[in-house]
Amino acid sequence: MSKKNGQCESLVIQGGRVIDPGSNFDEEADLFIEKGRIKEIRSRKTQKSSSRTSMPVIDATEKIVVPGLIDMHVHLREPGREDEETIVSGSEAAMAGGFTGVACMPNTEPPIDDGSVVRFVLRKAESTPIKVYPVAAITKGRQGKELTEIGDLVSAGAVAVSDDGSPLSDPEIMRRALEYTKMFDIPIISHCEDLSLTSRGVMNEGRMSTLLGLRGMPPVAEEIMVARDIALTEYTGGRLHIAHVSTARSVELIREAKRRGVRVTAEATPHHFSLNDESLRTFDTNLKMNPPLRTARDVEAIKEGLADGTIDVIASDHAPHSIEEKEVEFDAAPFGIIGLETTLGLVLTELVEPGVFDFSAAFATMTLHPAQILGVEGGRLQKGEKADVTIIDPLKKWTVAVHRFKSKSRNSPFGGRELTGKIECVIIDGVTVFRSQN
Amino acid sequence: MRRWRTLALKSRHLLGLEGMSKEDIELILDTATSFKEILERPIPKVPTLRGKTIVNLFFEASTRTRISFELAEKRLSADTVNFSKATSSVQKGETLKDTARNIEAMKIDMVVMRHSAPGAPHFLARCLDVPILNAGDGAHEHPTQALLDMYTLREKYGTLEGLNVVIVGDISHSRVARSDIWGLKTMGARVTVCGPSTLIPVEVDAFGVNVNYNIDEAIQDADVIYALRIQMERQTSGLLPSSREYHHRFGITQERLRPLKKRVTIMHPGPINRGVELASDVADGEHSLILDQVLNGVAVRMAVLYLLSGEEGTVE
Ligand SMILES: [Zn+2]
Ligand SMILES: [Zn+2]
Repeated sequence: MSKKNGQCESLVIQGGRVIDPGSNFDEEADLFIEKGRIKEIRSRKTQKSSSRTSMPVIDATEKIVVPGLIDMHVHLREPGREDEETIVSGSEAAMAGGFTGVACMPNTEPPIDDGSVVRFVLRKAESTPIKVYPVAAITKGRQGKELTEIGDLVSAGAVAVSDDGSPLSDPEIMRRALEYTKMFDIPIISHCEDLSLTSRGVMNEGRMSTLLGLRGMPPVAEEIMVARDIALTEYTGGRLHIAHVSTARSVELIREAKRRGVRVTAEATPHHFSLNDESLRTFDTNLKMNPPLRTARDVEAIKEGLADGTIDVIASDHAPHSIEEKEVEFDAAPFGIIGLETTLGLVLTELVEPGVFDFSAAFATMTLHPAQILGVEGGRLQKGEKADVTIIDPLKKWTVAVHRFKSKSRNSPFGGRELTGKIECVIIDGVTVFRSQN
Repeated sequence: MRRWRTLALKSRHLLGLEGMSKEDIELILDTATSFKEILERPIPKVPTLRGKTIVNLFFEASTRTRISFELAEKRLSADTVNFSKATSSVQKGETLKDTARNIEAMKIDMVVMRHSAPGAPHFLARCLDVPILNAGDGAHEHPTQALLDMYTLREKYGTLEGLNVVIVGDISHSRVARSDIWGLKTMGARVTVCGPSTLIPVEVDAFGVNVNYNIDEAIQDADVIYALRIQMERQTSGLLPSSREYHHRFGITQERLRPLKKRVTIMHPGPINRGVELASDVADGEHSLILDQVLNGVAVRMAVLYLLSGEEGTVE
């Protein structure tokens, strides 16, 4: 049932390559949708030609049909910075990027640290078809001192808690948060950064910061906190999700923790697997984000982590900033770039095309895994599931044009870059909410 | 009457010495020689940049560099506008972008810029359609300082090829060190950096320099010791225990120089903390080129301004 206008669409997506990572299904098939849910997936193996039907048809010949993509790490800026993004504009950007669901981070103004703010976000999200999953703050006012009313936040609809934007320095608070969230089986999404080691840093510390004279943020500032949070998770039995992993050693720490059975998952952003700190020679403030772009060796390690499943999820860390804020000296610019509309293209161009992993593994990181980690519906194409579906032309080449973004902001370093793989169509609860214009 | 060849640098701006070719550096140093002759005349002034307006944008306090540039501009008969504003890293008021728009509206021909943020002149170069001359951007580069240092050394040794230069002090925070390293390496000198390990940046070998934490070893075979200024704030930020310990381990004193086989030339970008980086008798000693650096600074800056202006010049 679409919350937009209550219409229940029935349709059939014909002749596409249907990939469902959750059931290892990867075949040419017709996908039948009825009353907003998946009714049947009919393989072309058993039936060669198109199924005859009176339902509306979407021709997906030579296209890929996957579960609706989920981005579990975006900043929608509402409430507080509606000039940079709103829940509605962010949702438009998400749909254009192939997403049917997004999890939004709590560093808003006021922050999502109270049930009323969760309800505000969900109410705003009713005017868009996209499924918005609020992530709440771990501590009141994001001050790192007292736990928020996590029970109340979860009842209101929060799917996880996070310190993103204001990392928890105090290990005691982190320990209690990991213990307390066990009652709700939600993950703690941790932005791993030891603030005393990164103070006033603006880029990765290494060869490039030395050459450019910019103050560095050493990789060890991330790794110390990854190690700390893994140790606390192991001790408490809580559930940890590490946001935007950016260094080779972080990947190793997570790999080793998983081997020991620690309940830890992790995500990487498209910029951390497609750009490195060499690019900062231009002093382009759209290359300033936190964690910063690391070295080429770290980029390789992130790819290996994705390939062997150490990193479960690809998430954009979509962080809109106004042009005025970014058009300043590198030191003065805020951290963050937008990513909703370039994620899929970068995944296909930087990971699938070069063979880092196949379609099924790639889409698992954007469908099944985030849905499982957040404990939300979707992420699967199976009979009876909600009909959230994304159709992709995997071979289509296009050039990123930031002025055509649906996002209110333009702070992307990928403008002008040619990518392979374009979103054709997005369906949420059986309703077509986005179709590519060409 | 001598007429210069119409020569131009490969780049429209002077943002740094990283990547600048040997030919371009030589062109600047050769041009500076002609200007130094002018500076030694009774009326040290030429009409080369008459009618041109240059703005000196100083977002960070700097008396010496600003005066040196102003003098160079006046000697070339340019009109100058000074704009000084000390800004903290958190910006308030007018943005650099707005400043750029104003410069555009005022039809200024060239910009000399000092700023505490690395890359600030690169940002301005993207906004503006006039040559930008970097007079120091944070810890990144200070190209005219390095050019005047190379000019001074070339004047003394004839060539930079094969010279052993030891740069001593706070390499991490030094734009002078970065520009000097790039320039000296390009010109064939060998460079060693020496200083407290907390003030040597990570992966400094990326510059193609040797690293030595022991000053007495580092200067064994040195032709030139280039002492950098130590900022007192390094103590409070935990990078240095005390200036006393710094002087003890890295200060250049007569006792340290006496056992050396070669005569060592002493340089410093100024202003000197006497008794910290250099003992007074070393700073003022016969092998010190510190005052030559100051005079040559004007000639080198005249050369750069002239070459970036795109003017075809004559000297009578
Ligand atoms: Zn973060
Ligand atoms: Zn974030």
